[in-house]
Amino acid sequence: MPPSTGWPPCWPTRTRIVGEPLRGLGVSPGVGTGPAYRLPDPPGLPPPRPVVDPDAERDRAYAALDAVGRELTARAGAAAEPAGADILRAHAAVAGDRTLRDGVAAAIRAGHEAPHAVAAVLAGHRSALLAAGGRPAARAADLDDLRNRVVAHCLGRPMPAVPEPGHPYVLTATDLAPADAALLDPRRVRAVVTAAGGATGHTAILARAKGLPAVAACPAVLDLPDGTTVTVDGTTGHVTTDAGTLAPAPTRPAPARPVPAPDGGAGRTADGHPVALLANIGGAEDLTGVAAEGVGLFRTELLFAHHIDPPSTAEQVAAYRAVFDAMPERPVVVRTLDAGSDKPLPFLAGDREPNPALGIRGVRTARRRPEVLRAQIAALAAAARRSRARVAVMAPMIATVAEAAGFAALCREAGLPSAGAMIEVPAAALRAAGILRVVDFLSVGTNDLSQYAFAADRRSGDLADLLDPWQPALLALIASCAAAGTAAGRPVGVCGEAAADPRYAVVLAGLGVTSLSMTPAAIPAVRAELALRTLDECRAAARGALAADDPESARAAARVTP
Amino acid sequence: MIRTVTIRSAAGLHARAAATVAAAAAGAGIPITVRRTGRPAVPADCPLALLTLAATPGTELTVEADGDDAALDRVAALLADPDADRG
Repeated sequence: MPPSTGWPPCWPTRTRIVGEPLRGLGVSPGVGTGPAYRLPDPPGLPPPRPVVDPDAERDRAYAALDAVGRELTARAGAAAEPAGADILRAHAAVAGDRTLRDGVAAAIRAGHEAPHAVAAVLAGHRSALLAAGGRPAARAADLDDLRNRVVAHCLGRPMPAVPEPGHPYVLTATDLAPADAALLDPRRVRAVVTAAGGATGHTAILARAKGLPAVAACPAVLDLPDGTTVTVDGTTGHVTTDAGTLAPAPTRPAPARPVPAPDGGAGRTADGHPVALLANIGGAEDLTGVAAEGVGLFRTELLFAHHIDPPSTAEQVAAYRAVFDAMPERPVVVRTLDAGSDKPLPFLAGDREPNPALGIRGVRTARRRPEVLRAQIAALAAAARRSRARVAVMAPMIATVAEAAGFAALCREAGLPSAGAMIEVPAAALRAAGILRVVDFLSVGTNDLSQYAFAADRRSGDLADLLDPWQPALLALIASCAAAGTAAGRPVGVCGEAAADPRYAVVLAGLGVTSLSMTPAAIPAVRAELALRTLDECRAAARGALAADDPESARAAARVTP
Repeated sequence: MIRTVTIRSAAGLHARAAATVAAAAAGAGIPITVRRTGRPAVPADCPLALLTLAATPGTELTVEADGDDAALDRVAALLADPDADRG
């Protein structure tokens, strides 16, 4: 196995030496000392129950949204700084948003209880913000607070209150909502340390407005017992404690609630050739209300977009188990952290790159921070061992056989049963057969493969014609991967928006692709279309599209039924 | 009627700016929509929908309404306000 990228054999550890500071990100300058007290986490989602009376359930959801809106408006009135008041009034306006209510009403009609309906609708918005990266991603935390408040109202439980020990203290929390941050009194709270959060979050903005020292993205702070004296340096991000060696954080896996199998059964052609139809998800919350054969793309970076430090092993194991336990006996394909300077994760960010799409992203981040990938693989292996899901792990942005081999070796060392490579770089597509000699499967990411094959920025509206997935050159790259898979007897899947187009799915099946992963909502239409075509018809459509000279002719050729 | 605007505030179309735009659109009395290229149009009076456009500095948005140029101009001007993050 070629360790050509130089992954050193170092494993991260949660055990600290006495006196060594906890490290986070300084988000509001200044130094504060005091005993640490933790803000309890808000109530979580209850197990779902069937909806008996949809109208009553909708009224319950609307009443909770109204109550949260009033509560946020009241807090805006009590906020000391205008910035805090403005932010809270803006959040109150979101609670009253008509499209939010329409979405919630639709989710309730689809069978979700009020808290689950609100969580599902907000999760959709949250994913869109996280996917955008940068500043918008920092706003996702605001939606989490809104969700937590609505859930608490639906359950009739109070939101946890900021501690009042009767003397000045340092406030610690998993995350601190703007609604709480805006009301902090700097005479009573000396500093704030949160496990999540970042420099552009509203909480950081409010802490700066108050002159309150703050450190975000410091998950180790959650291990401190209440009353531990800490010194918080909001400039360096260091939290110093004289506490002894810390024990590893406990794992709190979410309760397993298996996702149902799809009503229409597994994906197959009219003559019974199986094509697995899998879901693209960013976390267990995306599986709410979904029926699927499995998960074909679990984007793990969405779980950690708020972290400045790499997430702890315990946090990771819990997040992975929540997904694995929902998919017993079914495949779950996990993509390791896919970050780079275009979708930065603070703990993986390197220097500013002039050309981020061509820089340190995907698996390449392991060249600089190998311990982050190792820790993720160890956490995935630990979660997989304790679950019944068929877990497979793949690396994004593999370019060479050597990179694929290095990644597969890491996975095998950790005891993971299946390691794969994402094909997004044309160089990898051209060497698919070689890569399949060192990994167990391939998954083609059509969006990036298209961007790199056509030298066209995927965000560029002006170049949309080049990024059309029906471009025959893109189909040819996918075809060579599928052919390598067929020859090696190993699975080759496609994930990416293109797989959600039923006509395109037929072509992919005809090329020999064995699974298609897409947004869960697209699965029924793809299943229906595949069920109408025999494998030979799919192959004829694929041949026609491959032989075309442009996307329009490829589409037309795929429509002709022999 | 259509206006095309470019987001200029450094923080993008964030929660406070979205709430300000939504309030102006709600007061317009006619339906106004905002579209980001390649995505469905969203109602301009819905702050959550505006926020989820995830518009950052340089993002172009199309604002559309049937009639009432003045209302449309007000919403377009708020979207394009470079100082929206100070409001």
